[in-house]
Amino acid sequence: MSKNLLQLQNISKSYDGQLILDDLSLDIHENSFVTFLGPSGCGKTTTLRIIGGFEKPDQGRVLFDGADITDLPANKRQLNTVFQKYALFPHMSIADNIAFGLRIKNKPESYIKDKIKYALKLVNLDGFEKRSIDSLSGGQQQRIAIARAIVNEPRLLLLDEPLGALDLKLRQEMQYELIRLKNELGITFIYVTHDQEEALTMSDYVVVMNQGYIQQAGSPEQIYNEPENAFVADFIGDSNIIGGVMLEDYVVRICGKTFKCVDAGFGTNKPVDVVIRPEDVEIIEDDDPKAILHGEMTHIIFKGEIYEMECRSEDGFEWLIHSTEMHEPGKKVGLYVKPSNIQIMNKPESEDEEALGVEE
Amino acid sequence: MKSKSSRYLAMPYIIWIVGFIVIPLLTIVYYGFTDPNHAFTLGNLAEILVWENYRPLYRAMLLAASCTAICFLLAFPLAMILREHKVGRGSIIVFIFILPMWMNSLLRILAWQTLLERKGVINGMLTALHLPEQHLINTTAAVLIGMVYDFLPFMILPLYNALMKIDDNTVNAAYDLGASFWQTLTKIILPLSVPGIVSGVTMVFVPALTTFAISNMLGGGKIYLIGNVIEQEFMQDSDWNQGSGLSLVLMIFVIVSMLFVNHFDDKSDTRRGGIM
Amino acid sequence: MEKMKKALSNCYLSLIVLFMYAPIATLVVLSFNSGRSRAKWSGFTTDWYLEMLADDTIMAALRNTLIIAFLSALIATILGTLAAIGINNMKSWSRNTVMSITNIPMLNADIVTGISLMLCFIAFKISLGFHTILIAHITFNLPYVILSVMPKVRQSSKDTYEAALDLGATPIQAFFKVVLPELMPGVTSGFMLAFTMSLDDFIITHFTRGAGIDTISTLVYSQVRKGISPTMYALSTVIFLTVFIVLMIGNYAPEWLSRRKK
Repeated sequence: MSKNLLQLQNISKSYDGQLILDDLSLDIHENSFVTFLGPSGCGKTTTLRIIGGFEKPDQGRVLFDGADITDLPANKRQLNTVFQKYALFPHMSIADNIAFGLRIKNKPESYIKDKIKYALKLVNLDGFEKRSIDSLSGGQQQRIAIARAIVNEPRLLLLDEPLGALDLKLRQEMQYELIRLKNELGITFIYVTHDQEEALTMSDYVVVMNQGYIQQAGSPEQIYNEPENAFVADFIGDSNIIGGVMLEDYVVRICGKTFKCVDAGFGTNKPVDVVIRPEDVEIIEDDDPKAILHGEMTHIIFKGEIYEMECRSEDGFEWLIHSTEMHEPGKKVGLYVKPSNIQIMNKPESEDEEALGVEE
Repeated sequence: MKSKSSRYLAMPYIIWIVGFIVIPLLTIVYYGFTDPNHAFTLGNLAEILVWENYRPLYRAMLLAASCTAICFLLAFPLAMILREHKVGRGSIIVFIFILPMWMNSLLRILAWQTLLERKGVINGMLTALHLPEQHLINTTAAVLIGMVYDFLPFMILPLYNALMKIDDNTVNAAYDLGASFWQTLTKIILPLSVPGIVSGVTMVFVPALTTFAISNMLGGGKIYLIGNVIEQEFMQDSDWNQGSGLSLVLMIFVIVSMLFVNHFDDKSDTRRGGIM
Repeated sequence: MEKMKKALSNCYLSLIVLFMYAPIATLVVLSFNSGRSRAKWSGFTTDWYLEMLADDTIMAALRNTLIIAFLSALIATILGTLAAIGINNMKSWSRNTVMSITNIPMLNADIVTGISLMLCFIAFKISLGFHTILIAHITFNLPYVILSVMPKVRQSSKDTYEAALDLGATPIQAFFKVVLPELMPGVTSGFMLAFTMSLDDFIITHFTRGAGIDTISTLVYSQVRKGISPTMYALSTVIFLTVFIVLMIGNYAPEWLSRRKK
């Protein structure tokens, strides 16, 4: 594993007596693509602003490459930011925007010229030097904002919901662009978004945040397949979250039926939360002996690549199911879930822990 | 509204502005270019070259320019502080700085007269402290103070509006790219507040250049400005032709200085930080 | 460091506030001073206020100022609102011509506007008096009304007017029930702006008033030459207080009301 480029140690921050970040600690490895993911107000942008130097934490330290930069002003930090609404300088041409940081550092003009050319090429906007900011589309402005940041050769690039203002198609295009850029430049990216799909697509490491706490941090696969609590499960993709009881290791009781699972170590007769992804619920014939639950199809919506359906099981729980096969409402069916697709989570015990849970 | 017929709603207004803007302007032009016997002449305009008229114009230009500069130097840091503290448009603090704009300007000049007079408040305090009385009123400085006092809110408001319009992240982006406070100020904030500066300068410079009330009340007839000259031509000497000629010259000066200022603001219509 | 910066900027704000309000405060204090001296406090009195109320010239000037401000703002608001709607529907070249003429009184120096109106009145044998002040005030108020209403006219869509017609309203009903309410915020702010501009005006009034009629501004100007009586301080105090209260209510009453409802 590569070394830590940035370390956040016990960061707390509050505004007007309201706690935004509570004792947050996080290590970020060199050369990784890290995403802060969470609903608005979860503290992800504040964390980014603290790293960028636009906010000072009330408590805690920020270490960059081992050195304490907590009190270092933004203009002295070896990192650059791509702002939410681009924040390009409207009174300057594109070339002047890109050259801004280099001119501040008194680089020679010939070097600056080469750098501008190189950066515009990198973001696929060759020959745009003389154009004015007003003449650019949102996607193009975004590319210029990125070019303006990367010509300074930062070791860390912060991106604050950079694709939020773009439409869906453009956003997907830019996602690939950003991954390509990250690989070509070989620098560390910290990316803030509330879009879980974006987070899963782009990052090596996802930090899910809510109410000032890190709910879970890990690879996209870990976050999706093994959510640690109901908030993460609910926030990342669709899911069926059911209260259940862990009867013993590898056996859990949900909806009055006993399921085999692959989790152990919860104890016996322990209440737990169970997550089952909609694509993992298999619809089979009502009389199939494999069927664990029986129910009746209630809703169906065609979503393009899949059908999104709901099925009410005997005990009354409405299951969300994704499948490529269609099952008409009213049809009696059997339901089956593979043991490896059942994810068991601890139920929040104390009230404090409850606050970490689903609450939107 | 359906377009064709609703155009006629503007008819009363058009009649009004023709009657009370266009015709009066033509009248003053007519008087300016004729002598009392209605014969064409350029003599009224040439009057400005006479020492007694040229001198007050020069003095007025100097005072108006100083007043504008002082107002800018006082108002810009103020607007910066309000921006930095994120003092919103509706807040009481902004209200306090804008409020004097709506208070009768003659009464506000009267206040300064009361302070500066020979037997006024300041000299009264000096005497109470056993200090020598100062000659304050009827000086250029008194007129300048009065101008700054009267017009300062007209500089504060557009500057404040322009600075508040600058996105926080645009400023943060400059810091992020390594700029110091001064570099950010000169390269980003000042250029982006140009529309506000232009409105502020116009709203201060023009009335300062053409005032006669302030110079009369605080200058006691000794600080004679072009406004005083013109006012006297009409109200005392009743030489309307000459007065109109000088008014036209003054108008040209106003237009030229405004073109000069507006020249700095090439995108004026899209980003103007106007009065309200 | 942060704290010092904050203290320094607060200090600066206070100095400017002091510069702006100390002269006004002086007048307020002097209005309660029983002696005529500006330098010495001789005891508290409200006599100057009583004297002011008994003074016919001051009361007449106050009345004139308020009536002219109200009437000129009202007429300018009506003319200007109709004009804004009309101008918005003109072809671009005639719209541009009208708008350039509209801007003249704002760009021109007040002294030139005042003189040109005076010359015109005299040339056309219109005697100077209350009505000429009123005309002059309407003239310089109009651009402010149009500039306040115009953005609202541009925002409002033709659709609402047409929808009203579609639902059976006559054009007049559609105007009063749909178009006007949409423009109302601009219309009120235009009226308020015009009213205060008129209250504050001195220069244009100075040239367009005849002998024998005064507004507050022209009265102060003529008093200054004769020597100021402390009744003027009482008058200033009343006016400053009124402006303060009116603007306070205008700016903050809606906010307070809506907060209460919550």
